[in-house]
Amino acid sequence: MSLLATNFLTPTGREEAWRFTPLNRLAGLHDGSVEVAQRESLVMKSPATQGVSFTRVSRELLAPESFSDDVIIQRAHAEVLNVAHLSVAAGCEITTPIHLGRDHHGPAGNELSRVRISVGARSHATVVMENSGEAVLGEDVEIVLEPGSSLKFVSLQEWSAKSVHAARHHAIVGKDATFQSVTVTVGGSLVRLLPTVEFAGPGASAELLGIYFATAGQHFEHRIHVDHGVPNAKSRVNYKGALAGNEAHTVWIGDVYIRAAAEGTDTYELNRNLLLSDGARADSVPNLEIETGEIIGAGHASTTGRFDDEQLFYLMSRGIAMDEARRLVVRGFFAEIIGNIKDEEIQERLMSRIDDELLKAGH
Amino acid sequence: MSTLEIRGLEVSVITEKGPIEILRGVDLTIASGETHAIMGPNGSGKSTLAYSIAGHPKYTITGGSVTLDGVDVLAMKVDERAKAGLFLAMQYPVEIPGVSVSNFLRTAATALRGEAPKLRTWVGEVKEAMNALAMDPSFSERNVNEGFSGGEKKRHEIMQLELLKPKIAILDETDSGLDVDALRIVSEGVNRAKAANDMGVLLITHYTRILRYIKPDFVHVFANGRVVEEGGPELADKLEEKGYAEYVGN
Repeated sequence: MSLLATNFLTPTGREEAWRFTPLNRLAGLHDGSVEVAQRESLVMKSPATQGVSFTRVSRELLAPESFSDDVIIQRAHAEVLNVAHLSVAAGCEITTPIHLGRDHHGPAGNELSRVRISVGARSHATVVMENSGEAVLGEDVEIVLEPGSSLKFVSLQEWSAKSVHAARHHAIVGKDATFQSVTVTVGGSLVRLLPTVEFAGPGASAELLGIYFATAGQHFEHRIHVDHGVPNAKSRVNYKGALAGNEAHTVWIGDVYIRAAAEGTDTYELNRNLLLSDGARADSVPNLEIETGEIIGAGHASTTGRFDDEQLFYLMSRGIAMDEARRLVVRGFFAEIIGNIKDEEIQERLMSRIDDELLKAGH
Repeated sequence: MSTLEIRGLEVSVITEKGPIEILRGVDLTIASGETHAIMGPNGSGKSTLAYSIAGHPKYTITGGSVTLDGVDVLAMKVDERAKAGLFLAMQYPVEIPGVSVSNFLRTAATALRGEAPKLRTWVGEVKEAMNALAMDPSFSERNVNEGFSGGEKKRHEIMQLELLKPKIAILDETDSGLDVDALRIVSEGVNRAKAANDMGVLLITHYTRILRYIKPDFVHVFANGRVVEEGGPELADKLEEKGYAEYVGN
């Protein structure tokens, strides 16, 4: 039991932010009952590169850059002693993706973690963060993009079946900086991610892409929040999910907040869900709050549907059997997002994982 | 030598208001190497005939039979009909997002041939088929039918016809939406496939102009869900002159 647990208000499940989440499956991350060792499992898997450093920094030297009202993130801020810090120096063009990874084994993998990714001014990099194995992980990843920089941030949740993962991926995007995230959630018992963005200077842009595939009993939740607080920033959100099997549950929340100061904002968010069987449930809630009319555009769309019979008929009429036709359609559905991960090995691994999920679902 | 036999075919669609009968006893026999034109006014049931033979789930067979070389087609799944040698070139080909033409064609060829075609010869085959239909090589990297113009969709259908080599092809209003040049290119593709594989063709059309390029051996006039008149190519000339007026309302 954490000594600090009483400092936080434990969610009851009635709060807007928690109403979709099965609290009893969070392994105690939300109420402080989880036993957390001071583990630091995140490692850099790429070879050392000029301009890139990966260090552990005492929390006194690297305080959080942002506030979160999420109790798990607050716990991480309060309890984690050392922050894993990936730093890209200013003015660097890092052409090879930087791989970070956690590979947990067994129940000893309970962990609260803080991660900081800093991208110096005018630098360009790709970071791939891979999560696999079995763990209970509460995690805050803060990503700071200095002016004129760009970062592609790929996060892969390929957890094994019992894992519980609650995390925030919070990007602070500076003037004229460009952030792109590709978030993939295909494994775990309960995964609850908060991909959030705040713009720190005009001309900033963010593109949040994601896919998820939940099968029987899995709960995958993605709560996007984009805060437009500066003029002339642009955001795009596109998440696609598939669900199959009893009690497969996905939640997608897309909150976009356009403050009075955010004139010239251009934002669009999209969520599409493919229901592959009965007994699965996709919640999809886009929200747009606008405090100024002086914007370029703001829109959202959300669809949830089943296989398109016409697509399956077309493929089958060319001799392709039903299972194979479904596989093609589902792969195609995700291809638009997976294509943004410019790593063929990861792409192929994810596609075959998707094939496996389909097989599990009995297609 | 193959024969597609349609006997007394009756087809309905189920609507909220109950079943609506569309085909009311169709008899047709198409053999290898023969080209049959089915002509008729809009709403006469021509497309329903095409989709029913291909096995579209929207249509319910209420009577009659369809056999290919004596084997019951109606008992087959949609993909099994294609494997048996039937092909439907669709009037409105369906978009498949995220699936490239090259991936689609290779998957279909693998399914129909029972093994994956050898990559080297396959690439050549596809290239040749695309060249013959005056299609840009970049076409194969595009997603199936996504953002295709009307003409591109029809070329893509006929390219499949050439690559997949069916015994009997049903062409549903392949001429619609084509300009004169595209009509000629697409028609030549059909004629090539026919010559190469001794293919039987069931050509469904509203207009006679495609018959200048694809010569029918038989012409069947379709109205109110059945064949109302049959003849040789000269019947098409009569339709060109007089239209469908005398058949409608029967």
